[in-house]
Parts: sequence; structure tokens; C-alpha cells
Amino acid sequence: MHGTRILEETDRLMTVCNSCRYCEGLCAVFPAMEMRRAFSDGDLNYLANLCHSCGACYVDCQFSPPHEFNVNVPKTLAVARAESYAAYAWPRALSGAFAKNGLVISIVAALSMAAFILGFAAFNDRAALFGIHTGPGAFYKLMPHNAMAGLFSAAFLYAILALVMSVRAFWRDIGEPIGGRADGGSIFQAVRDAGELRYLHGGGVGCYNEDDKPTDRRKLYHHLTFYGFLLCFAATSVATLYHYLLAREAPYPWWDLPVVLGTLGGIGLFIGPIGLFMAKTQRAPELLDDNSYGMDVGFIAMLFLTGVTGLALLLLRETSAMGPLLALHLGAVFALFITMPYGKFVHGIYRFAALVRYAQERRSES
Amino acid sequence: MSGKYDVLVIGGGNAALCAAISARRGGASVLVLEGAPKFYRGGNTRHTRNMRCAHDAATEILTGPYTEEEFWKDLLLVTGGQTDEELARHMIRESKDILNWVVEQGVRWQPSLGGTLSLGRTNSFFLGGGRAMLNALYLTAETLGVDIEYDAEVTDLVIEDGMFLAARVKRPIGGATEIRASSLVAAAGGFEANIEWLKQYWGEAADNFLIRGTPYNRGAILKMLLDKGVQEVGDPTQCHAVAIDARAPKFDGGIITRHDSVVFGIVVNKHAQRFYDEGEDIWPKRYAIWGRLVAAQPDQIAYIIFDSTVVTSFMPTLFPPIAGATVAELAGKLTLDPAVLEKTITDFNAAVRPGTFDHTILDDCVTEGITPPKTHWARRIETPPYLAYPVRPGITFTYLGTRVNKEARMLMKDGKLAANMFAAGEIMAGNVLGKGYAAGMGMTIGSVFGRIAGREAAKHARN
Repeated sequence: MHGTRILEETDRLMTVCNSCRYCEGLCAVFPAMEMRRAFSDGDLNYLANLCHSCGACYVDCQFSPPHEFNVNVPKTLAVARAESYAAYAWPRALSGAFAKNGLVISIVAALSMAAFILGFAAFNDRAALFGIHTGPGAFYKLMPHNAMAGLFSAAFLYAILALVMSVRAFWRDIGEPIGGRADGGSIFQAVRDAGELRYLHGGGVGCYNEDDKPTDRRKLYHHLTFYGFLLCFAATSVATLYHYLLAREAPYPWWDLPVVLGTLGGIGLFIGPIGLFMAKTQRAPELLDDNSYGMDVGFIAMLFLTGVTGLALLLLRETSAMGPLLALHLGAVFALFITMPYGKFVHGIYRFAALVRYAQERRSES
Repeated sequence: MSGKYDVLVIGGGNAALCAAISARRGGASVLVLEGAPKFYRGGNTRHTRNMRCAHDAATEILTGPYTEEEFWKDLLLVTGGQTDEELARHMIRESKDILNWVVEQGVRWQPSLGGTLSLGRTNSFFLGGGRAMLNALYLTAETLGVDIEYDAEVTDLVIEDGMFLAARVKRPIGGATEIRASSLVAAAGGFEANIEWLKQYWGEAADNFLIRGTPYNRGAILKMLLDKGVQEVGDPTQCHAVAIDARAPKFDGGIITRHDSVVFGIVVNKHAQRFYDEGEDIWPKRYAIWGRLVAAQPDQIAYIIFDSTVVTSFMPTLFPPIAGATVAELAGKLTLDPAVLEKTITDFNAAVRPGTFDHTILDDCVTEGITPPKTHWARRIETPPYLAYPVRPGITFTYLGTRVNKEARMLMKDGKLAANMFAAGEIMAGNVLGKGYAAGMGMTIGSVFGRIAGREAAKHARN
């Protein structure tokens, strides 16, 4: 017996699949399943998070609906995955945030932006907010650097703490022996597997999204989004180093490293989320977990907003729109950070942990 | 769907699609009529997982060579010599090139699946299974411009003097129509899902058969061809039939209802008596006789019995084993006579000679002094809990078919060649398989003769 109905259904499917095994060459889920003959809650959450939702096992399955065995692995694992995010959330009191995540994100984002604009206005007068500021330190005419850094550090550290606590609970649940440590080789393997989205490829033929033809482009859009995000993060990090180590204050000229990284990342965060959103709207209903639609779209929207406000800031930073745009951009980033542990962002963390576990299992088998 | 096609392919499985692709690549216009709805397209191909092809050296996915001669010897062994040597050798020779040809049609291979016994050297597995293979073939056929209709039930064939003229078709949308074509490829499977037809040979016992594939394999095309003068081949009672879980659905349970545990235990009938050597040969060469063996037992039911020591020796099963702390308790749950089952197991245990168990080879674990013997892999059943799977005959496909020559061209009852009719797949499997089976051969027959039939049908149509 399992804790939830979706885990019961996942167990039923894994029992069907384990007696068939035709899909074992498609991804990591089925080889991991084959290492087990019975499934604990942790095992099922592990398998659910290993799944990249490429859809190939649905199209290839002779028992998918309308067959009476009703085998729909991608959708079932998608539901189980979404429920696992809530189950491992820290603190537990906030696990409900996942369920209405789209709404939570909108509210947090709106409040954050309002707070930043109001905050700017409070620090300065209206003239400062809508004034034209150029040259080093221009951004900090609106909000002093230390206030900005303090605010974001607090949000960032909270996000890290909540994520670490959550993934610890997940790792304990999926590991045997309990709480086993990850070795360097397995982590390196998982970095490669996650970095190239190795298991989002339908076993080599491509992924399925809208129909039974492997024409899916989600891998490309995900790369744009993910590497766009990393580039933006790198831009912010380099800028922070500039600020504290070299005493060089933002904004920087267009050719300087933080701006180049941020621009490239911003373009990724502009195109990637649009592509992912379009793919989401076109996805075949039989593959789609309706309940996590809000969470998925909320996260995509926040990433898009971060990218688009950042690019707009770059283009218009020497005009009077700089103040409001900076406020919007910082509001979006702030909202992204504080909702991170309770939204779709965690999929990357749990999937990475599952890939590390899978790499460990493969190494101990061979 | 107007005018006249060069080649009409009836059926929608591996053989039909290989024929359609091969005919289209030969320059013919091709129509495929699949009687099933789209989801159930492809008959038994949906449930397959590998193909047996000869190869002279190991490949990326095959662990070693499997020569034409070895393939021929295996075929000779499993059929007990009931095969057409010229045709079979031709098929085996052609199978070598099929390994590459189907890849050119979009099919992808993978090494043998985890837990499948002893097939890594001889059989190439489809990445994603039979439905993935089928999806690839359909995609290729569509891309090449083959027309495909689903839910298209052929109700009659117009044949005059061994010459195919037209097919009458009933469709849910569009109603009845007549389709003319220059040549016909019949690749519409056997009659395994036609219980009434099975009853002609098996009597009431056929009511206890489970059908492993779709309910659409009713043999309608086979029957029409035989009624219209095509020469028949094969014993109508012969078929590919395995022992599958008695709890499986009547139709389309597929691979997952099968049991591979026979060699690890004993099999008894409803009187709790053993009836056949469970360790006669390596399982891939023997699994396909157990359906017929169970069919010959009273009420067509049998029980695979083993103990807790071997539970992890075979793949996990869809239906869990039935368990008893004692043999008597297990017998009670199976509604077998406890005293008889206890005696059967005691006698068996007493007959087991010491040996070194190895399920991958014909090992030296044998029984002595009991009938029937267990000639390999015999070990005592003595560690509770005692476990059992109830099994019934699961019919995969029948061997009665249309006689063909090396060009896959049908022969008429008078011995003449049909003018423009070809056959491939299960519908002509009886030419090669008089009886018995070795894993993966059905797909070999389908792909090899499908490719030949399509090529020859196109050649005929364009002449």
C-alpha cells in the first residue's frame, strides 16, 4: 500500500512495465525500474523524477489507452512528480503552495514589483525614479547597492535553504542505504546527463508532444531557457565580483562581460520560454497533467518576464524609463527567487538528484 | 481512393508494411487496407519484440555470429523436419540482409532485453518493442506515399482463374466499395482470434483458449483465398501457442501474461500430475510448445509450481504467484487434491539427482526414475512458501496458410502459380513452420517474405 492514489497507480504501471520491458532502451526510467521487483514510495518518486516526459513510451506501448491495461506512463509519472514536489517541500506548511502555484507566483510577483517601485520612490523622490541616470552607479541612484544586495541575498539564501532541506528529504527517501552519499563520478555523470538532456530524446528518434510523430522541439527550447538562465546568473555573479573586488559599479558598457552574458542569457530566456509555452499548449491532452498546468506556466512566465525586463532595461537604460524598468526587473528576479522552492524550478533539482542516484545504481551494477 | 492501384496490400502488420514499402520503393502505387482501427493496427506485430536473423559476426547489438547453417539446424530441430527446405533456406539467406534493410526503413535495434533468457546472440530486439517498430514502418510508408486505410474490412475478393481482380471493402465512413489493383499482397495474419474456426479442429476445448493478440485476427482473407482455389499448406491444429496466465484477458494480453518459469519448477494438470519434461531444452526453443501441451490437458488448465528459492530467477510477472505455506495449503488455493500434489512433489524431489545448476546451458540437473523425467534444471521444490501460476493455452498465431514459392507467389490447388497474388507473414508461415517455433521467427517470416512479396507484386504490376 502506498501513501497516495497516484503512487498506487504508479506502482500498478511499474508492475505492468516490469513484466514487459520493451521500453528499456528509451530512457533511464525503465532500466532503473528493472533493478527492482517491488516499489516503495521513495522508489516511485525516484522513477517519477527520472522521467523527462519525452512521451516515447506512450506512443510505443501496446497497452496504452484504449487498451484495457490503460498504461499511460508519461502522464502518471507527471502527476506523481508534481505531487512529490509538495511531499518533500520545506517547510511542510508551505507544500500547499505548489497546488495553487500559478496564483501564488502572480501575487508574489505583483507585490514584489509594487514594493520595488514604491521602495524606489520612498528612497528618492519621483524625479529620481523617472529621471535619466547614466554612468557608473546610475542604478544605485534609485536604490543603494547595499540595500539591493542585502535584499537579494536574503531571498537567495532562503531559497537555497528551502531547496536544500527539500532535496535532502527526497534523497533520503530514494536512497539505499538510507542517506547514502553521492560519489564524484556519479555527480559528474548526472551533470552530463542533465546538461545535454540525454533522456529527452525518445530513445534516439526524438520526443513526442502533439501527436504520434517525433517532431518535438522542447529539448531545444529547454536548452535556450536553461542556459539562458545560467548565463544571466553568471552575469549577475560577475557583476557582483566587479563591484566588490574591482570596485567597478554597474551599469557596464555593452561589450563588458556582465552585459554580454546577460544579453545572451536574456535572449535565451526570451525565446526559450515562448517555445516551451507553445509546446505546452500544443501537447496532446493524454500526455498532459492538467493539475500542474498553472505551476508550469507560472514558472515559464517568470523566466520570460525576467529575460524580457532585463533586455528592455539594457535597451532603454539611458532613458527616463530606466527607473521603472529596473524596478520591474528587480521585482521579477526577486519573485523568481522566493517562489523557487515552491514551483516548477524544483523539477531541475529533483531530476538532477534522481540522475545522480541512477548513475550510482548503474555504477554499482557494473 | 479512386482509380486502380498497382499493388493492394491487405493487412497492417510487419509483413504488410514491409510489402507496401518494398512495392512503393519498386515504383508501384500502393494501398494498404488495415481491418483494425488505428490503435490496434498491425495485428501481432504490436506485441512482438525481436526478430531472428542470420549473421556471420557479432554486431553492436548481437553478442556473436549466428550462421545460416545454425539457423537452419535450429529450424529443423523445432519443426521436427516439417518445413520446406528450399523455401526455409531461402528465407534464412535473405534474413541476413533484412537486419540492415529494416533499419533503412526506420526501425531501430537494441541489445536483448534484461531478463530475457539466452537470446542475445541470435535475436535482434526492436528499440521500444514491436509497436515502435510498427510506428517506424508506418511513418516510412506514409512518407513514401503509400495510402493507408484503417477500419477497412475486406468482405470479398474477386479472383478469376488464379487472377486477382478486385477487393470489396466495407468502411465505417464511405460505406462499401470495390478496389481494383494489378497485384495483391495478402498479409492479413492467421485465424487465431476466430474461436468458431478453432473449434472445427479443437472442439469445445477452444473455448478455454486465450488469444494473445487483437480480436481482429479472424482469418477472413485466408478463408477467402482457400475458398477461391489457393492451395493450402500446414496442419490446421498447429500454431504458436504458449502457456499464459489463466487470469489474463480473453484477447490482447500480449507479452506480459506469459510465464517463463517452467524450467525452474514443475508443471501439473488439474489432477496434480506432471505431464511433460519441463527441462527438455533451452526455453526460447521450447516456450512455444507449452500452449499446445496445456491445450491437451483436461479443462485446458495447468499449474507451474515452484518454491521461494527461484522467485527472482525469472522476470517479475504481471499477476503475482499464488502462495501457500505448505504444499497442501497451495493445493487448496489451486483447488487441486492436496494428497496427490504432495505425492507428485515428494516423488519429484526424491528423483532429483545432484548436479550443477545453470539455466543458460543444458545443465546436468536431472531426475531419475520418474515419468516424465525432467532432463535439465531439476532441483528440489522444498523451500516454502510454495508458489504457483495457473496457466492456459495462449494462442499467438495459427500455421494453416496459403502455399507460396520463393517469390512469395501463391500456388493454386491445381499446382499452377497464381497470376498476381502474393502472400507474406502469418498467412503463409505454415510453409516454413510445419510445427514448433523458435523465438523471433514470426517476424523473420514477415519481414523477409513481406519484402519479397512487395518487390514481386510491384514488378508484376509494372510489367
